[in-house]
Amino acid sequence: MAKKVALMQGNEACAHGAMYAGCTFFGGYPITPSTEVAEVLSNELPKVGGKFIQMEDEIAAMASVLGASLTGAKVLTATSGPGVSLKQELIGYACIAEIPCVIINVMRGGPSTGMPTGPGQSDVQQAKWGTHGDHATIALVPASVQEIFTETVRAFNLAEKYRMPVQVLYDEIVGHMRERIEFPEPGELEIINRTLPTVPPEQYKPYDTSFGDVPPLAAFGSGYRFHVTGLNKAQDGFPTTKAEYVDAEERRQVRKVEGEVARAQIELNEEYLTEDAEVLIFAYGSTSRSARYAVNELRKEGIKAGLFRPLTLWPFPEKRISALGKQVKAIIVPEMNLGQMNLEVERVVKGSCPVISIGRVDGEPLNPGQIIAQVKEVK
Amino acid sequence: MSKRYEIRFSGAGGQGLITAGIILAEAASIIEGKHAVQSQSYGPEARGGASKSEVIISDSPIDYPKATVVDACLAMTQESADKYANGIKKGGVLLIDSDFVKNEPKGDFKVYKMPIMRTAKDVVGREIVANVVALGAMIALTDAVSREAGLQAVLSRVPEAFIELNRKAYAQGFEDMKKILG
Repeated sequence: MAKKVALMQGNEACAHGAMYAGCTFFGGYPITPSTEVAEVLSNELPKVGGKFIQMEDEIAAMASVLGASLTGAKVLTATSGPGVSLKQELIGYACIAEIPCVIINVMRGGPSTGMPTGPGQSDVQQAKWGTHGDHATIALVPASVQEIFTETVRAFNLAEKYRMPVQVLYDEIVGHMRERIEFPEPGELEIINRTLPTVPPEQYKPYDTSFGDVPPLAAFGSGYRFHVTGLNKAQDGFPTTKAEYVDAEERRQVRKVEGEVARAQIELNEEYLTEDAEVLIFAYGSTSRSARYAVNELRKEGIKAGLFRPLTLWPFPEKRISALGKQVKAIIVPEMNLGQMNLEVERVVKGSCPVISIGRVDGEPLNPGQIIAQVKEVK
Repeated sequence: MSKRYEIRFSGAGGQGLITAGIILAEAASIIEGKHAVQSQSYGPEARGGASKSEVIISDSPIDYPKATVVDACLAMTQESADKYANGIKKGGVLLIDSDFVKNEPKGDFKVYKMPIMRTAKDVVGREIVANVVALGAMIALTDAVSREAGLQAVLSRVPEAFIELNRKAYAQGFEDMKKILG
């Protein structure tokens, strides 16, 4: 049977990806340019017995998804930069209490309310360090309508698997543009559900590391009672200041994402003509589409340009970028901000080649011509 | 990279030009199986003032989703003609509503004129289908998709009660342009 196809916006694809992943709860507060995610889910969730709630603000919306997640639901909220700023305290809470949830950030200009209708990519460091304290971050950066669908599904899988918040960041351009999407059949994409406890309620500890770096999470309402707090806690979930617990827990929560085994399962990149590349372009989201166009044009002129496109932005693809830094003459980092990921590329490359930022923050797309001109300058 | 064709629909916010762009993208990508991306100016100007919708059609996957050099442009108002006709490539085409665009944009492109709003109102019967008249004319002018694919995409978008009106609007725009082209 032919697959179902449609022409739809990135935001609509996000909502359908969430439904495919098994999302049954959305708590949000509408904000441009993310609103269509909420709009579609307000129609779709009730059809499967799910809940759609528009809360009084973004903070309450984040709190609602955490509460719902603790009952065993797969949960989503969608917003833009100003909303993500408001959610930060509760994102940190989800990190330390290890509550699975997916946060969509359709990026516009900033800071503050910035430029509501213009595209931006200036929340990529916020995704990593927006909430205080040491913590691991998973952030995905799709670049097409189809990919927004599949990466939203992957975000749910990672949130459930690693028991933590996962952010999906894409800019207004991919959020609002329409492309053909082929809907995967049920069962075609892997769906991961959180690990539930196998021990009886009286033996259950919510942070029992004898099961590995990701302890099983019981659902409230299923007979298990446990304590949830934003304080550093012992394995039973109650607060502790004991140095050995605090240190071990902090390290575990970072290791569960940044450890070598986990990284290999979380990191996802696409490379285009990098084998013989002399100039590498590091680009993500809609900017990676400009970069791919630029690479094709430059190759026609005999200039060996290549593209590295992360789909997982955090954890950062350190090893591969470090290796590429030793291969190429320069790395160019175009982004709709003033050099945020450029910093990270520089950190990883450690001076083995020049790293050049192209930043654009006027609310217009970063176009292929800007990238082509910069590559020619370094050649 | 294989052939990339860029079409821009521009006019006043509320004239249905974003819808026209979506219909064209649907005809290309869903009905004809090509690659297509539709985007639009998104902002306060989308409600009144000059509004635009862009469609890129290609045989291969489309990377940069916005217009680079426009192959074909539609301008329904003077303001949109002034603002958006500048990106047309050498040898490209511009269709203007001749009742509203009095000050014709100048450039290395060919200008075609049709009284689009008047045709919708007086010949088809409803001003509201001016976007579909324009779409029919643009498809006849550019061959971006086949006449049949365009029609099928139009009809799949409109409510039952308006099918005949839209069929008529599409045919009128298409035929009028064919006459101009000779």
